[in-house]
Amino acid sequence: TGEAEAARAAMGGSASLLPRELLREYQELTFLSKQEILLAYKRFSELLPKEERENACSARVPKSQILTLPELRANPFQHQICRVFSTSHNGDHSMSFEDFLDMLSVFSDSATSDVKSHYAFRIFDFDDDGTLDRKDLEKLVNCLTGQGEESRLSNAEMEQLIQNILEESDIDKDGTINLSEFQHVVSRSPDFARYGVLQ
Amino acid sequence: EVFLPEETRGATPVDFLQQLPSYQSALRRRATAGTQERRAAPQGPAGLLAAEGHRPQQEGDEVAVRPAREYPLTIAEKRRLRDCQQADIKYLSGWKQWKRTSSKSLKKVLSEVKELSSYLKLWRHDIHSIEGKFGTGIQSYFSFLRFLVLLNFIIFILMFSLVTLPSIISKYGMFNSSFAKIPPKNIEPHCTVYEPSGNKGLVYFYTYLKDLLSGTGFLEVTVLFYGYYTIDAEWIGIHKYNLPLAYLLATFAYLALSLIWIIKRSVGGFKQNLVHNEDPFQSYCNKVFAGWDFCITDPNAARLKHRSLQYELQTDLEEERLKRKEADRTMKEKLCIYFLRIFINIIVIAVLSGCFYSIYRATVFSQENSNVSIRHDDVSNMNFQANLLVQYLPSIVITLANFIAPQIFSFLIRFEDYSPAFEIRLTLMRCVFVRLANIGVLLFSLWSQISYCATDKCNACGYNYELYPCWESEVGQEMYKLMIFDFIIILAVFLFVDFPRKLLVTHCSCKPVQWCGLQEFGISDNVLEIIYGQTICWIGTFFSPLLPAIATIKYFIIFYIKKISLIHTRKPAARPIRASSSNFFFLVVLLIGLVLAFIPLGISIAHIPSSKACGPFRNFNTSWAVVPHTIDGFPTRLQQVLYGIASEAFAVPFFMVICLVMFYFIALAGAHKRVVEQLREQLVMVRFDPLFCTAKI
Repeated sequence: TGEAEAARAAMGGSASLLPRELLREYQELTFLSKQEILLAYKRFSELLPKEERENACSARVPKSQILTLPELRANPFQHQICRVFSTSHNGDHSMSFEDFLDMLSVFSDSATSDVKSHYAFRIFDFDDDGTLDRKDLEKLVNCLTGQGEESRLSNAEMEQLIQNILEESDIDKDGTINLSEFQHVVSRSPDFARYGVLQ
Repeated sequence: EVFLPEETRGATPVDFLQQLPSYQSALRRRATAGTQERRAAPQGPAGLLAAEGHRPQQEGDEVAVRPAREYPLTIAEKRRLRDCQQADIKYLSGWKQWKRTSSKSLKKVLSEVKELSSYLKLWRHDIHSIEGKFGTGIQSYFSFLRFLVLLNFIIFILMFSLVTLPSIISKYGMFNSSFAKIPPKNIEPHCTVYEPSGNKGLVYFYTYLKDLLSGTGFLEVTVLFYGYYTIDAEWIGIHKYNLPLAYLLATFAYLALSLIWIIKRSVGGFKQNLVHNEDPFQSYCNKVFAGWDFCITDPNAARLKHRSLQYELQTDLEEERLKRKEADRTMKEKLCIYFLRIFINIIVIAVLSGCFYSIYRATVFSQENSNVSIRHDDVSNMNFQANLLVQYLPSIVITLANFIAPQIFSFLIRFEDYSPAFEIRLTLMRCVFVRLANIGVLLFSLWSQISYCATDKCNACGYNYELYPCWESEVGQEMYKLMIFDFIIILAVFLFVDFPRKLLVTHCSCKPVQWCGLQEFGISDNVLEIIYGQTICWIGTFFSPLLPAIATIKYFIIFYIKKISLIHTRKPAARPIRASSSNFFFLVVLLIGLVLAFIPLGISIAHIPSSKACGPFRNFNTSWAVVPHTIDGFPTRLQQVLYGIASEAFAVPFFMVICLVMFYFIALAGAHKRVVEQLREQLVMVRFDPLFCTAKI
């Protein structure tokens, strides 16, 4: 059939195919198109060692391998992204194929801004306490300006910046930004519409 | 709920707030969505699932259930959610079931169509790779270029099918067609003499080249220019085709199409923020939360992005500190600065006047010298190069002005002591004005030549019939020359400035060369360049119907030139504009160009008498006159209706109604703004209210 052939073509004829039922289910549960899911499967299999490629659907890829992807390599939020999307129970932030698809789905063009802002909030929440407080914002700004001493803002500038951010987004004036406030401020942000679009 | 309608809480403001329709709808939405939002952060996905499970019991008729993929859950949890939803479908009535399944399949079909149409996009892969290497700021320039290619192509199709194709069909007698040239009545015969000197006999080869570059000679009598369309009535088979009307309506159609398409694109990219006064592009939250460009895959580009983000944040903080200092300025200092600014603005106006005057003189000189030799029909005593130089003099002067004036402006603005962001914007606005006004001055000087009438014979025609028997073709030729010259300059800069500079920088390691370095890829300069070209195309299409085709080919080639230039010979700008604000900026300037193009076209069509020797409007006073003439041919009822719409009895009440509607929306926006402020204060107070600390679920 046409779909199986497309799958085989994407595989390069070597690894096993993604079953059609699973493909259709993933199309329904994510924002990715059929081509994108097949391409993701191919790239995920390439991250695995040769012996495990047969059961790519149930294998887990360690974090170090995921960070070799070009999209994540240059990304300052790479560790946070792995932590947020990983469903591993032993805290090693390894990702299964479904976690990988989830990540690509959230960062795709057709994801709703609701979903994107929800995950963006979790990515920016460095201490995972459900709110963005001053320490989270400081770490966020440092991620943006780059690693290294000369690329950080001075203390006074950081204070001024965080003060301005809280002024703009903290509606109930409690010194932290919760999910609703974050989604509210981000919905009015014109750059966020194109935020986080990979590939 | 946040607001309990209790008397203890100072009822009046709360009652008023509860009456507002926007608040009511927000309440309704919060009732259905409230359960999941509150549980999202602390309890995580499990709470979300539980909330969803109770959904169908709360569900009303109007709230649509969202598909599983719109929830921020892992795939395993989404699977469970979807199974829940499907199980619930059985509890719904047959009608709702059918509605749900049909909407699902419709969405699937739409997504398939969208996927297929994305493959048809021109240059999809090229723009993607540019995005990955250079970020979305530069990518927006290339998307803008693609948009212009498509726009010009559609305009070309429009003009070709409505104007050029019927003319060609009837002139060659295909499909049983014929045409008629009706000589104009009540016109002096000397006005109707037009003999374009298509090349007769033996001519030198370089004459062909000169004609190709300046639109004279053999090109003048082709489909390219207005003069070819000297058809007053046309029959294809038994149907009459009103070519004059079609020509005018096609002009209006392409202007309207451009306007609507540009407005549609700019509205899609820009969210109006009427409630808050903050500038949405410059807010700190926008820069920090949406600052990182996830499309970047190249570590060098990532380093550049980090640096530019750091620079941007530091500049904004600096600017804020400066603003606070500015507020502390003394009266004396303020007066000083205002005088200085007025003085510098006078200098700017002087520079602009200098540019305009030189363009005027260049146009007059070029027209006098090129026409004299043609009319006297002698072998020109100027040689080929000098002749071409004279022909292209206006274009050369305009290009020089477009190059020198921005340098002067960016030098002068340093003395005006504005904040850095405002400096950039003001310089940009001045450059835009210079570029677009130069075209206007060229056209104005052309018209002053065309309408200059010394003798009575000339006054009878309404325009200078000796030098310009077919003045629309002349204007078309000037626009054609501008467009060709613009393209030649872009090509020449690429080949003779960028490449040698790149070779010099890579192979010569002496200090001054390395300090100069490569030229930056300045987005604003490039954008102004192509908008200038597009404005010429819009003005020129009325006088030269095939100009959009030339523009399409020109922009197509420019895409590849700029792409190669970006990758190989230029470095990305150190301070790029953000993607969202740059999209908006491009479209606003394009809109200014379009509106500025309306003015010369309007004057040509409605005010200047059309030439009686060529073109489809020979039998009318002005080009616009064909419309009233056609309306006079309509049935009387329709005529009355149309004249009624155009009269004052209709226009004044219509204008008043529009004003009322506008005031209504302004008042509504003001009321919403007040409500938002009050709600914000309420939210702050809620934290300290003991009633809510216990009532919170």
